[in-house]
Amino acid sequence: MIAQPPPKADIIARRPEIIAGLRALVPASGLISEELRLKPYETDGLPAYRQIPLAVVLPETTEQVAAVLAFCHKNGVRVVPRGAGTSLSGGALPMADSVVIGLMRMNRILDIDYGDRCATVQAGVTNIGITNAVSAEGFFYAPDPSSQLACMIGGNVGMNSGGAHCLKYGVTANNLLGLKIVTMEGDVLDIGGAHLDAAGYDWLGLMTGSEGMLAMVTEVTVRILRAPEGARAMLVAFDANETAGRAVDAIIGSGIIPVALEFMDRPAIHACEAFAHAGYPLDAEALLIIEVEGSVAEQDDLLGRIAALCEPFHPISLRVSQSAEESIAIWKGRKGAFGAVGRISPDYLCMDGTIPTGQLPFVLRRIGEMSDAYGLKVANIFHAGDGNLHPLIMFDANLAGNFEHAEAFGADILKLCVEVGGCLTGEHGVGVEKRELMRVQFTDIELDQQRRIKSAFDPDWLLNPSKVFPLVDMPVTAMPGTAMPVAA
Amino acid sequence: MSAALAPAHESGVVEAILAARAANEPLLIQGRGTKAGMLRPVQAARGLSTRNLTDVSLYSPQELIISAGAGITIPDLEAKLAEGGQGIIAEPPDLSALLGTEGVQTLGGVVATNLSGPRRVAWGAMRDHVMGVRAVNGAGEVIRSGGRVLKNVTGLDLCKLLTGSYGTLAVLTEVTLKVLPRAELTGSLLLPGLDAVQGVAALSAALGSPYGVSGAAWLPADAAERVPELAGRGAVAVVRIEDFARSVEYRLGRLTTDLAVFGTPVLLDDGASRAAWRAIRDAMPLRAEPGDAVWRVSVRPSNGPAAITALEATGARCFLDWGGGLVWIAGPPALHDSVMATALAGRGTWTVLRAPEPMRAAVDVIPAEAPALARITRRVKAAMDPSGILNPGRLYAGV
Repeated sequence: MIAQPPPKADIIARRPEIIAGLRALVPASGLISEELRLKPYETDGLPAYRQIPLAVVLPETTEQVAAVLAFCHKNGVRVVPRGAGTSLSGGALPMADSVVIGLMRMNRILDIDYGDRCATVQAGVTNIGITNAVSAEGFFYAPDPSSQLACMIGGNVGMNSGGAHCLKYGVTANNLLGLKIVTMEGDVLDIGGAHLDAAGYDWLGLMTGSEGMLAMVTEVTVRILRAPEGARAMLVAFDANETAGRAVDAIIGSGIIPVALEFMDRPAIHACEAFAHAGYPLDAEALLIIEVEGSVAEQDDLLGRIAALCEPFHPISLRVSQSAEESIAIWKGRKGAFGAVGRISPDYLCMDGTIPTGQLPFVLRRIGEMSDAYGLKVANIFHAGDGNLHPLIMFDANLAGNFEHAEAFGADILKLCVEVGGCLTGEHGVGVEKRELMRVQFTDIELDQQRRIKSAFDPDWLLNPSKVFPLVDMPVTAMPGTAMPVAA
Repeated sequence: MSAALAPAHESGVVEAILAARAANEPLLIQGRGTKAGMLRPVQAARGLSTRNLTDVSLYSPQELIISAGAGITIPDLEAKLAEGGQGIIAEPPDLSALLGTEGVQTLGGVVATNLSGPRRVAWGAMRDHVMGVRAVNGAGEVIRSGGRVLKNVTGLDLCKLLTGSYGTLAVLTEVTLKVLPRAELTGSLLLPGLDAVQGVAALSAALGSPYGVSGAAWLPADAAERVPELAGRGAVAVVRIEDFARSVEYRLGRLTTDLAVFGTPVLLDDGASRAAWRAIRDAMPLRAEPGDAVWRVSVRPSNGPAAITALEATGARCFLDWGGGLVWIAGPPALHDSVMATALAGRGTWTVLRAPEPMRAAVDVIPAEAPALARITRRVKAAMDPSGILNPGRLYAGV
């Protein structure tokens, strides 16, 4: 189980005064302090952990965010930023003495410029909302996390969200041009803009994936891209994970970079097929979904080359989509994987490690052995092009100790990812979930360095302070005149 | 300044930094020093070079990953990648002719300056492809960030922070890059006779097409004259496609139709296209006289024409890359105020690439930051280089 830092007693004691102070800063409906109405904010996409916050504010403008942060800074109140609350790592989990700043009311699209291929939106616009706003002109916003219908661009910046099409289009960091941020002191700063390269330190890059620990994002300028002429998927099934892995190597090694290259293992194939009826072959051990883009002739050419590259590995089936509808059906199974696993198991944990792609067969074999040892089933989906592995560990929270068992299994998988040269998280973030595992990947010196950079932005450690870094007592060199977090 | 230290191992970098810190003596951090004339000059007792850290510790073409010592030269790195049919995505320019420097640049130098070429408009900057770094901070501590995988959000992204930090925060010792296959074929379309406004409109139409344009530049007549493949046609807009041969032919055909409103394009074949874009990459179209300064200005692409018009009126020579968003400028150092004003009017930024040393020590070589951000800059510098010994003053006076 994951500990939270102890609440500051003086803040809890001053709750009525703090709430009165916040009330003056946002519209009346933008302050929530009644326990019943705070309840929806107690957790995020990692619902095993819950904590009712001190209060929730829902600002509508950057100026209101600045006023709230300046107030909290002055009063020593911890702040937890929140977008749509879809974090799978507990990135938006409140603390009892914290004010949650929710961005859902900042949902306006401010500017779209097709000539300069960029859009500026408030941080509470959903990921799909950007694409929907520009799709009539044939454009799209590239990163497409599975939660894209709900998740907000501000949260995408915080977690550097990816998706299934990162192999070609990159992650959030590669698709940003500018940010409007508010520091914990309440200073409003413009980072980057509509131009490609900013001078000075790469604050845009450092902010992306910083999990709301450095500053709050209120506006985002993204690159929008012209959609390709078309896209088509193919399904290739193999009788062993190793063979599928070798086929992936052959494709990438040939110089073809498909726009998506997704891998599912046998349990994932079965769960998704039962859910989506996409025609996935149930006799396969491993299934690849490969998507290419371009004109119909270009698609035919690339899919033909890929089929030829797969041939030496004796696929047990190979099906090229013949229509846009068939491609949608093929993706429906993959995109519905979480829901599909939810149907066959009372609960599941979605893990998010990254591994060198060549290690996939070994890692899947080890995960299979661990699955037997823990007595918990696991389905694996894998962004095979970029090495991002999502094991879905199935458990039953109503069985005593089963959740803790699943968590331990998940931690062992992530340790394995680091051992083979990968990392703890590809796109979900560390949050609270993987906080204590950070020492598997980093030395104390490296964690100390990251903490000092956090201190440079937020010397009092008020912004999302219980995330990312282990809470254990360890030597930390504080910046002169700054306070570091107290061990739990 | 005494002779530069050039250790052959990372441990030597650690020792050099610890010694400098103990003596409280600043270090000039370099690879091969080809970019010493960019931005502000550094006053240092001693140099520390990464030129001898040249090992390729990992190259996995199937994983699109290469890890190499910061001191490997770009030609050596390209040669290694060519074995796997791959290349550096951001197409870093070789500015030695423009900067008047001898020798070849290193991977560490290109990463530390975040120097990207024409492909940046479509495929991202150097910083977008730095997947992992090893570096030694100003306290002599070895810091790793990122790794050897393409997707990673584990902890703060110090790869991005260190890329483009000009050696002021830590000394890069090893860099892991994402790489991509080299295109089977390249081809370009040349649209002659367009002024800057029409030219950028054509580039914007091309970049907004579904055909994957990977280069988009506009050159006034005098700049185009300096590139044999582009010369003799007046001002030209030029767009590039890189892909499999069939796709290049198809896409150039479609673009010819789609851009017909801008005139009848001239086709550059693979060889001519590669030569022309190498010249554009290395800023060969820019005529810089011996006493001239050179700047790069990054603006919103549609502001490129106004920027070039304003600067040409002051006597500067310019051309546009990145679809209009990158303005290359050469002219007398006295034009610096005009360059700054133009960048600010275009809501963008400037970088002084070359100028007499007194000027580089005196002016804002990049835009000054807002006071609240400048405070963060100083604190981050102190968080990584507590004694302020790594390339002090390279970006900002006193930092």
